[in-house]
Amino acid sequence: MASEAHAESLALREQFDTAEQQKDASTLGMWIFLITEIMFFGGMFLAYTVYRSKYPYVFAVASSSLNVYIGAANTVVLLCSSLTMVLAVRAAALGKRSGIVLFLVLTLLLGGVFLGVKAYEWNEKFQEHHIPGPSFSFEGLAPDQQGYAQLFFSLYFAMTGLHALHMVVGVGILSTLIYQTRKGKFSAEYMTPVDISGLYWHFVDIIWIYLFPLLYLIDRHLGK
Amino acid sequence: MSEHVDSVKTYVLVFVALIALTIITTAVAFVNLGPFSVVAALTIATGKMLLVALFFMHLRHSTPLTRLVVLGGLVWLGILLVLTFADFATRAWIGVPGR
Repeated sequence: MASEAHAESLALREQFDTAEQQKDASTLGMWIFLITEIMFFGGMFLAYTVYRSKYPYVFAVASSSLNVYIGAANTVVLLCSSLTMVLAVRAAALGKRSGIVLFLVLTLLLGGVFLGVKAYEWNEKFQEHHIPGPSFSFEGLAPDQQGYAQLFFSLYFAMTGLHALHMVVGVGILSTLIYQTRKGKFSAEYMTPVDISGLYWHFVDIIWIYLFPLLYLIDRHLGK
Repeated sequence: MSEHVDSVKTYVLVFVALIALTIITTAVAFVNLGPFSVVAALTIATGKMLLVALFFMHLRHSTPLTRLVVLGGLVWLGILLVLTFADFATRAWIGVPGR
């Protein structure tokens, strides 16, 4: 029982007994949010799985038109950003302010590179007429199979688009954190926002870890 | 605060493993494994997911309650996938009209 009142600070709000309890509550809250995100993306992964199992050949052919090397390189970029993010959280836990700023800026830059590459890939799809719609055409597929290829690209754009939207939100979060760190808001005692944002960034990374093999790597040996 | 701070070395090793798995999954995709190529891709992706969740997201050091909640979330995702497929995979068996 915490009967005695404690002085309120960022690290210890009035309603918590200890700073550790407050930290655990924040972490748990963030994970619950991330679970709603898992269910959100889960619906799309489900739709993907249903249609891929229905039209495996068309999905394999359409998937093989994506540039696997760009996709793999972008995966590496995102993994690098996860490393710099975790190093920023580590610097925050140790109270090294300059380290936080350095690693957050690196994470921000790598996130920007990822989005830039994604924009390049999407632009390529426009030029190839692989955008679902009236002008859609996929060479090498019979007319009655064009619709299934459109289905693949609809899922491709919905899933990578939603993922990219999360990246854009992440870029906003990182910018805010960099500003707040420079203002001196965080210390070894209070770095919850950095920690929690780290969880978000890694979650977005995990989504891509599944998107990459599922969208880019379907039966590549058929495409050759 | 019982804050665990992992060493930079641990993080770099996890990172190297993640990069290696990315290269492996890309290379394996070009090999004809038949229906097992999906299994291989998802196994590697899940391995990477676990590395990120346990090390980068600190689930290794988190409270039992947090772990239970995360596990619960994955169970719900499992329900979503399994129940939907119990429907989709078995519809053709009894010839539902309009399948």
